[in-house]
Amino acid sequence: MAELPVLEMRNITKAFPGILANDSISLDLRKGEVHALLGENGAGKTTLMNILFGIYKPDKGDILMEGQRISISSPHNALKYGIGMVQQHFTVVPSFTVAENVVLGLKEMGFFVKTKTVESSIKKLGESYDLPVNPRARVWTLSVGEKQRIEILKLLYTGAKIIILDEPTAVLTPQETEVLFKAIRKLVSEGSSVIFISHKLDEVLQISDRVTVLRGGRFVGTEEIGSIDRRSLVRMMVGRDVLLDFDKPKTEPGKIVLEVEKLTVKNDKNLEAVRDLSLNIRSGEILGIAGVAGNGQRELAEAIYGLRKPIRGTVRLNDKKLGSSDIAQRIEEGVAFIPQDRRALATCPSLSITENMFMKNAHSNYIPQSPFNVNIRAMQKATEELVRSYSISTPSTKTPSRFLSGGNLQKLVLARELSTKPCLIIAEHPTRGLDIGAMEFVYRTLLAHKERGAAVLLLAGELYEIFRLSDRVAVIYEGEIMGYTPPDPKFTEEIGFMMAGSRQGEIA
Amino acid sequence: MRMKIEKRLTVPKYSSILVPILSVAVALFLMGIILLIFFFGREGNLSIAFRETLEAYKEMLTWPFANKYGIFSTLMRMVPLAFVGLGLSFAYRMKIWNIGGEGQLYMGALAATWGALYLFKDVTSPVLMILLISILGAAAGGIWALIPALMKAFAKTDEIVVTLMLNYVAIFWVDYLVYGPWKDPKGYGFPGTAPFPDQARLATLFNGEFHIGFFIAVALAILLYYVYKRTRWGMNSKIVGDNAQAARYSGISIIKYTIIALVVSGAIAGLGGAVQMMGIQHRLQHGFSPGYGYTAIIVAWLAKLNPIAILLVAFLFGGLLVGNDQLQMFYKLPMALISVFQGLVLFSLLGGEAIARYRLRVSREEAVTNE
Repeated sequence: MAELPVLEMRNITKAFPGILANDSISLDLRKGEVHALLGENGAGKTTLMNILFGIYKPDKGDILMEGQRISISSPHNALKYGIGMVQQHFTVVPSFTVAENVVLGLKEMGFFVKTKTVESSIKKLGESYDLPVNPRARVWTLSVGEKQRIEILKLLYTGAKIIILDEPTAVLTPQETEVLFKAIRKLVSEGSSVIFISHKLDEVLQISDRVTVLRGGRFVGTEEIGSIDRRSLVRMMVGRDVLLDFDKPKTEPGKIVLEVEKLTVKNDKNLEAVRDLSLNIRSGEILGIAGVAGNGQRELAEAIYGLRKPIRGTVRLNDKKLGSSDIAQRIEEGVAFIPQDRRALATCPSLSITENMFMKNAHSNYIPQSPFNVNIRAMQKATEELVRSYSISTPSTKTPSRFLSGGNLQKLVLARELSTKPCLIIAEHPTRGLDIGAMEFVYRTLLAHKERGAAVLLLAGELYEIFRLSDRVAVIYEGEIMGYTPPDPKFTEEIGFMMAGSRQGEIA
Repeated sequence: MRMKIEKRLTVPKYSSILVPILSVAVALFLMGIILLIFFFGREGNLSIAFRETLEAYKEMLTWPFANKYGIFSTLMRMVPLAFVGLGLSFAYRMKIWNIGGEGQLYMGALAATWGALYLFKDVTSPVLMILLISILGAAAGGIWALIPALMKAFAKTDEIVVTLMLNYVAIFWVDYLVYGPWKDPKGYGFPGTAPFPDQARLATLFNGEFHIGFFIAVALAILLYYVYKRTRWGMNSKIVGDNAQAARYSGISIIKYTIIALVVSGAIAGLGGAVQMMGIQHRLQHGFSPGYGYTAIIVAWLAKLNPIAILLVAFLFGGLLVGNDQLQMFYKLPMALISVFQGLVLFSLLGGEAIARYRLRVSREEAVTNE
């Protein structure tokens, strides 16, 4: 008889406004195993774990610990159950020492802090788990890998038996990753269980015993690592449910609109996210970029739009070199950008729909206005028309945009970006979080603009979306283009291999 | 059944009017308690203290608004508050927290004095003189705000700290001048400059009880109202204030907008300083402002940064200052009490705004327990 799982999550459902982040997801964790949670960004991994750690409350579903139903109301409460989580962003105080940081996490600190005893037990704890730290070092002097060790030690010190690591290797060097993996193995050999969140296939295959794959907020499956190969994992992760109803308008690609040459861009962690990348898109053509999220797609889009200054390389639009961070110039020249993060980047939450619709008007000149006498009535009227033609459902054009649902907000962004008939459209995950109806609308709109002669750069996670829209598919891995394929589902496997880091031509 | 305090999705419209009024009322009530304690300490009898408090209140709230002298004094106190409040609103709209209104006012006054007594002393036309001094005062306030603006735009320093510290620099600079090189030799040792020449004084009405600086403030408020509502600057600054990332995405230069917002904000406060010199003070003096620059922060907040509302709130606060003068004269109350009162208004305002964002919900659902 199989041993009772240490922890079980049953049919967990959690919705955020406009997004179903977790749709009836189940997961069971055995004692002494490393359980990987695999999926792309936005698949719902972090949400699920935040529920387990008591940060969010599930809308539906149960959490069972050794067969008993429990309710986790807060992270502190989770720690009481022995569940600890290391977040992607560390929660350490830089000016404190390692020991002081560990003490901070304790509830039963008392009035006088016995730092001496804590120091020696941290040292012992660190040595026994192969996580060496100097308990007296100030945290700001430590490397990222060492800070992460402190986070893990903090949890071990409080007696956590279930440790959740949220993309722990994203910030580590390969050497630090090895140290972390050694510690993880030690942990599970002593009876702890580890949930390892990742979207990197190799690591998952290397470290975990079992893997649960999520896609788009839904449960895809749980497999033993021994019984599954890389290829099947790729399929589970990116999905095979390609919609085959092709109704792509046939357009003859025209002249080159966008030309990116040897572009190198750094990400927020100051690492090179895009490396020496070159590509071009012709008028009337959609280039789809496929890749596992976090491989430089966002940085590429932001650099082309001028939000992120590249270290090297040039961006040309219709044979004209664009300034490295001149967004106003791009808007004037007809570059539209539909960013993934529409709430934080593309809209002003407290401003009205009209104001959001005309956010770029100073440069896009959708309705030419004198800067000293803005015609509010004309803007109001134009907005009402756009609200109608893009079927944005809203009580009025004066409603603040934060009250719009995800789909309607995306329609607002589309209306603003596309009403000016741009020559280049950068679309980053344009259907993320949308329902089927809104998705269809986005597809039809993008295809109509392609037919009109716009060049479109489509960065999407879902392969079927890329197949459905693009004329060519480029696969990106660690900031480089691994190869191109036609937009046909029969290339899914080839694309999968390239997404995992193989170059075209290397695949046997 | 259990009660739960939860965040509102939308703050109701009426709260933007109700909260300021209620917060002033709460502050008045708390102030009453303080006055009562004060009088009780002096008189030693609660019923006398109670009567004294009521009378003091009556005096404070009616005198500034109920007679000709009171109203004129109130209007004259309102003018500097309105100028600085309008200036601050220009930066606050973009969530740039200029706390340096006081320093910018002082620098405007300093520059106006420099112009009137030294730089333009040969100018005889009053119109030209007043124009030149106004420009000089505005420029001085603007330059004073340019320092934190450049630091914020290029080095990402916190404008709150820098503008606040520059207040002290400006105040001490004025003190140095009025106690030192600019001290009036005929001033009997009083820390002030020589009086302004006649051509550097604003025209007055009603036997000098009232100067035309009031009309300049009203005109400025109307102009700013138009700028906020109907110009590209007004619309773009709203975007910057709501979501700076989205502003950058829209091609708005945050650096340019930050610098202009702070400089114009300081220039308006500086103009206020120049008007104050030309209109009422007619000489630069030690401590000529009883903290107009700080009170104006409260004025701008209470008015929700609406220029027309700033005029009204400045009028009310001008009245409070005049009422306080009355209390000082007739009830021998300390000057610091008005600062206490202003602090109470600000506290209850901020508290009220926080409370307005929540509501109490009573639900019948059973509380979920963990154990």
